[in-house]
Amino acid sequence: MNNVHDTNHQNHTPDNDVHITSFKDNTLVWIDLLILTVITVKIAFFDLQNLTVAVALLVASAKTYLVGAHFMHLKFESRIISIFVGLVALVFVLVMIILFSDYLFRQEI
Amino acid sequence: MSNAVTENHHNHYDPTGIRFGMWLFLFTEILLFGTLFIVYAVYRFANSEPFHDASATLSILHGTVNTVVLLTSSLTVALSITALQKGQVKRSINLLLITILLAGVFLVIKFFEYKAKYHYGLFPGMEGYIELPTGQKQFFNLYFFMTGLHAIHVIIGMILLGIIAWYIRKGTINPTRYVYLENSGLYWHIVDVVWIFLFPLFYLII
Repeated sequence: MNNVHDTNHQNHTPDNDVHITSFKDNTLVWIDLLILTVITVKIAFFDLQNLTVAVALLVASAKTYLVGAHFMHLKFESRIISIFVGLVALVFVLVMIILFSDYLFRQEI
Repeated sequence: MSNAVTENHHNHYDPTGIRFGMWLFLFTEILLFGTLFIVYAVYRFANSEPFHDASATLSILHGTVNTVVLLTSSLTVALSITALQKGQVKRSINLLLITILLAGVFLVIKFFEYKAKYHYGLFPGMEGYIELPTGQKQFFNLYFFMTGLHAIHVIIGMILLGIIAWYIRKGTINPTRYVYLENSGLYWHIVDVVWIFLFPLFYLII
């Protein structure tokens, strides 16, 4: 019981000592995002066969990480929120895996 | 127990809690679009050739420009939060207005894309659409539904950011209490993230 009370107090952060992302850091993240956009368009013109979707999703995930960590401040946010974001992503991936493990191995009737 | 509850009675302001509430809402948004992406995955797996052919009718240039526009609008929202945190109220409002302007540019480009599709009768139910093979019909169903739902989110985002800009001007949202600006920013970034996935999955099947 004591532990619960201790963590509650630690998580209570007043508004004025939060991390402020500088104008410069935000702009650098934006430049990274633009570079990744150019990469995803360029790569689409290569014939990568089965890897096309995988590469597109990989670049999109990298962009999502940048937006989430920096623009959405998850990097400097209370950890509990990051844990929940991770759990939601996990639920989505599990649903995809369960669905395709059924769909791919289904026999034609 | 009752002491623990009333201990904080005089100060109800809890920005982390308010942001967490916003995140809970965003999770429902992620699962809403996530479900549609799952439908997309199954349809595309079953119809890779028709999806390829139908995707060729979309303009990569328009899609790329719109991606850059939305990424830039995400930056201006992030900068607006930084500006307000640093006490630069006027700059914060101006950055929000630029964001709304960029959202407008996105919608105008989207409008012309839809208009071209309408011209060829490719909206579900029109003559051009009815003649398409089943796989291409599925592509256009998903294209209009997902980009349409996304566009509705863009419109809601514009209204939301406009209201926030008004409250900053009035001083209700200010350099010491700006969590509602942060929450609107979170919403805007999620709209951007959805587009980050929509763009390669619809425009870049080459």
